[in-house]
Amino acid sequence: MGNGTSIGRVRGTGSAHSGSKHWLLQRYTAIGNLFLGLWLVFSLVTLPGYDYGDVMKWATKPLSTTFLALFVISTFWHARLGLQVVVEDYVHEPANKFAAVAALNLAAFGGAAACLFYIARMAMIAAGQETAAGMMQQIQSMMGGR
Amino acid sequence: MAATKNRPLSPHLQVWRWGPAMFVSILHRVTGDGMALVGLGVLIYWLASLAGGPQAYEVFSAHAGAWYGKVVLVGLTWAFFTHMASGLRHFVLDIGAGYELNSNAAWSVFTPLAALAATVLTWAAIVLK
Repeated sequence: MGNGTSIGRVRGTGSAHSGSKHWLLQRYTAIGNLFLGLWLVFSLVTLPGYDYGDVMKWATKPLSTTFLALFVISTFWHARLGLQVVVEDYVHEPANKFAAVAALNLAAFGGAAACLFYIARMAMIAAGQETAAGMMQQIQSMMGGR
Repeated sequence: MAATKNRPLSPHLQVWRWGPAMFVSILHRVTGDGMALVGLGVLIYWLASLAGGPQAYEVFSAHAGAWYGKVVLVGLTWAFFTHMASGLRHFVLDIGAGYELNSNAAWSVFTPLAALAATVLTWAAIVLK
């Protein structure tokens, strides 16, 4: 960047024109992965058990649901950026490179969307169970409890 | 032309002299690719089984608890800590520090070892709970 043209120095993107944005995004998402990944490992280690009920009780807490969704976005984004570099390193033919990056985009967005849907569905299952339990309680009290 | 045949080759896997920095760099890419290709697949399956209900989760649990499932989960834990440790090393290198030969080699040796220790501690905490 030091010996380019004036406008080149202002843009600060170097000879590749667009690499610095990719490079920075790789770092920004890495920071997200660092904190969210440690949170996930710590949460899983400290879970009281690994039955369906144990995991759902933890996973459908509002904070867990939010962090899980953020973890999915951050990791899929980071993986997409990382795998793109691998493709650029090893796939040299332009058409193959284009196809590989296109397939990578589909896989990354598709996988992330699926995960976000699953997380939303888990939250809905938990909300449904809460509603059902409340209604059951109401019915029982109407049927002549006290 | 004979003269052009003897021109120096740019360094590649076969002609590099092995060193700690090369080793940790390769580990960073291998663990990153492993988590992207295997880890995200496991993440999708895990969340799908939770969203699918108790029976679906039962099947996931059976796979996760089998010997091959344990190999994958311990492997992903190791990959996570290894990629995290060498990623933190990259953050230090990004600010222009840690390029002196001795400290670069020392941190290159330290990061995979710290990751190995973190993996052992994590699984000890789970197994001994």
